[in-house]
Amino acid sequence: MTLLEFARGPGLQWSLVILTVGMLWRLVGILALKHKSDFAEPRARGTAVVSGAVKTLFTRMVYAKPFRTQTTLPNVLSYVFHIGLAIVVFGFGPHILFIRDLTGLSWPNLPSGMIYLTGVITLGALVAVLVRRMTHPVLRLLSNFDDYFSWLVTVLPIATGLLAVAHLGARYETLLALHILSVELLFVWLPFGKLGHAFLVFVSRATTGALFARRGAAT
Amino acid sequence: MSTADINQKHPLDLDQARVSIKKPEMRFDTQGDLTDQERVDTAMRNFVKDFGAVAATYMEACVHCGHCAEACHFYVQTQDPKYTPIWKLEPFKQAYKREAGPFAWFYRALNLKRKVTTAELEAWQELIYDSCTMCGRCSLICPMGIDIATLVGMARHGMFQAGLVPHELWAVAERAEREGSPLGATADVFEDRVEWMGDEHEVEMNIDLDQADVMVTLSSIEIQKYPKSMADLAKVMNHLGLSWTFRTDGYEATNFGMLSGNSAWQRNTSMKIIDAAIKIGAKTVILPECGHAYGALRWQGANVYGKPLPFQVRHISEFLAEAAREGKLKLNKVDRTVTFHDPCQVSRRGGATQAPRDVISALGLEMRETQDHGDYNWCCGGGGGVITIHRADPIRYKSFEIKMQQIDATGADLMVTSCSNCRQNFDDSQQHFQWDRKMESLLELVADNLIEDQA
Repeated sequence: MTLLEFARGPGLQWSLVILTVGMLWRLVGILALKHKSDFAEPRARGTAVVSGAVKTLFTRMVYAKPFRTQTTLPNVLSYVFHIGLAIVVFGFGPHILFIRDLTGLSWPNLPSGMIYLTGVITLGALVAVLVRRMTHPVLRLLSNFDDYFSWLVTVLPIATGLLAVAHLGARYETLLALHILSVELLFVWLPFGKLGHAFLVFVSRATTGALFARRGAAT
Repeated sequence: MSTADINQKHPLDLDQARVSIKKPEMRFDTQGDLTDQERVDTAMRNFVKDFGAVAATYMEACVHCGHCAEACHFYVQTQDPKYTPIWKLEPFKQAYKREAGPFAWFYRALNLKRKVTTAELEAWQELIYDSCTMCGRCSLICPMGIDIATLVGMARHGMFQAGLVPHELWAVAERAEREGSPLGATADVFEDRVEWMGDEHEVEMNIDLDQADVMVTLSSIEIQKYPKSMADLAKVMNHLGLSWTFRTDGYEATNFGMLSGNSAWQRNTSMKIIDAAIKIGAKTVILPECGHAYGALRWQGANVYGKPLPFQVRHISEFLAEAAREGKLKLNKVDRTVTFHDPCQVSRRGGATQAPRDVISALGLEMRETQDHGDYNWCCGGGGGVITIHRADPIRYKSFEIKMQQIDATGADLMVTSCSNCRQNFDDSQQHFQWDRKMESLLELVADNLIEDQA
C-alpha cells in the first residue's frame, strides 16, 4: 500500500471514526452531566428563553460596541482565516470531488486562481495570529500546548495543499498524500483540544443565551 | 497552620475608615489545619461538587483568545496579564481537565495538565478574590459565551473549604454567620437604629408586625453607614399605603456566605429572610440597594430553598419603577442632570437595567449616560467582597479611575446608584482621590422628593 493509498483508505476512515466518536464522547460527557433545575421566578419564559439562546448564537459573532476598539484586529484576523478556510475547503474543485466520493453531495466550484489566493491570505492570517499569540502578554500567558498544536494542525493542510498545487518540494503523489494525512491529523486532534470549539461554540453560546434571557439580562 | 493566632498575625482593622489603611504586605491567608495536599484536594472537590452541564460546557469551551482581559477593569487599568479573567480560573481548569472532564484519562496519560499545587492555589487567592468583583463584564465579551463570573463563584466554593480565603473577607463572613450581620448590625442594633431613624426623621416605622404584604430588608452597610435609608424605605412604603414591615428575624440581605464561597452560610443567610417572609405571609420581599443581595435572593434564593419561593422578590429600584409606572408614586420634579452607576449584579447580571432609568425619568431628571452604561457599565471595583480586602486597595483605586473619568465626562450635576456597596466604594475612593463628587442613593432621592398628601 502506498502512502497515498493509506491516506485515501484506512487513514481517512480511521480519522473520521476518531473525529466522530471523540466529539460525541466529549459532547455527551458534558451534556449528560446534571442539569440543575432553576426555581427562581423567571423574568422571561418559554419562547423568549429559546430566542435568547438562538439570538446569542449570532450576536456573539460581532462584538458589542463597547468592546469593538480593542477587538477589531484579532477579530478581523479570525474572520479572515475562518472564512478563508471555508472557501478553500468547500470551493476548490478537487475538494468537492473528494467530498462527492465520500458523501454523494456536490456543488459548483470556485475558480482555482481564487482558491490559491484565498489559501495564501488564509495562511498569512494564521501566521499573524500566531505572531500575536507569541507576542501579546495576555495570549502568551494563556497559551499552552493545545493552542500551538491546534495552530499547527490547522496550518499544515493549507501549507501542504499550496505545495501540492504548486508541485513544490516532492512528487505530486507524495505531496497529495501528505496533504490528506495533514487533514486527517486535524480530524484526529479536533475532538481533544480547543478545535472542538467548532461544535462547542453552539453549546456554550446557546447555554449562556438561555440562562441570561431567563433573567432578562443582556446576552 | 492553626487559625488560633490568625487575628494577631493579621490584625483586623475593619472599624477604621477605609482610607486610613496603608497597603499591607502581600500575603497568602489560610484558615484551618489542613495539610497542603488536603487543601488542594478539598478545593477541587468543592469546586466540582456542584458541577453540572453548564459549568462543564464553559470549562471545555475556552479558545484562549484573551479578549476577556479587555473587558476587565483590573486588567485594563494595570495591563498585567495575570488579571485576565479566564486566567483567574487556570488551576481549576487544569484540575477539571485532568480529573473530571470527558478526556481526563487522555490529559493524564499524556501529562498535558499537571497536578495543581497548594502554592498555585495560594498564588491564585489574589486572582479569585482580590481582583475579581464577579461583575460579569467579561461574560459579555466572550466569543464563546462563557460566563466567567459564575465560574469564579464556584472556584470560591473550593477556596473557602480549603481555607484559602483572604482573611478580612473570611472574618466578615464568619461574623455574619455568628451575629447575623457582617458589620455588627445585630437584631438588637437594627431595632435600635430603626427606632432612632423613625424619631430622627419623624416617620412611622413598622417592625416585627405579625402579618404584612411586603417585607422590607436592608443591607448592613445601610444600617451602619447610611441609616437614613431605613427612614427612606419607611417613607416610601407609607406613601404607597402598603401593609409592610421590617423583621428582626429577617432583615439582613447582604450575603457574605455567597461572596466568600461558603454555601452553608449562604443558605443560612437566605433562609432567615425566606422563613421570616413565609411566617408573616408576605407577598413581596423588597431587597435593598445592594447588588449582590439581589443575586443571592432574586436568582439563587429559590434554589437554596429547593422550590419556587411563595413570594416575589424585587429590588428596591424595580419596586420604585413599578410604583412610578402605575402612577402611585407622587414625586416632585427635580430640575437637574444626573448620571447613573449601574450596580453590576442588578443591571448586567440581574436584568433590571431599565428600572432605575424609569425612576430617574419619573423624577423629571435629565439622564446623562456614561460612555459605557447599562449592561456594559464598568464595575466600580468594590463588589464581590473586594472592598473588604485591604491588600486589594491599590488595584481597587486603580480600577476606580475609569469611573471617575467616565462620570466626569458626562458633566451631570448628580451621580446616583442603587447599591450601598458601590456607594461605599465611591465614598471611600472619593476621599482617596479628593474627588469633588458625591455618590447619592436613588432611594434617598425618591424619598426626599415624595409629594406627601396634605389632606
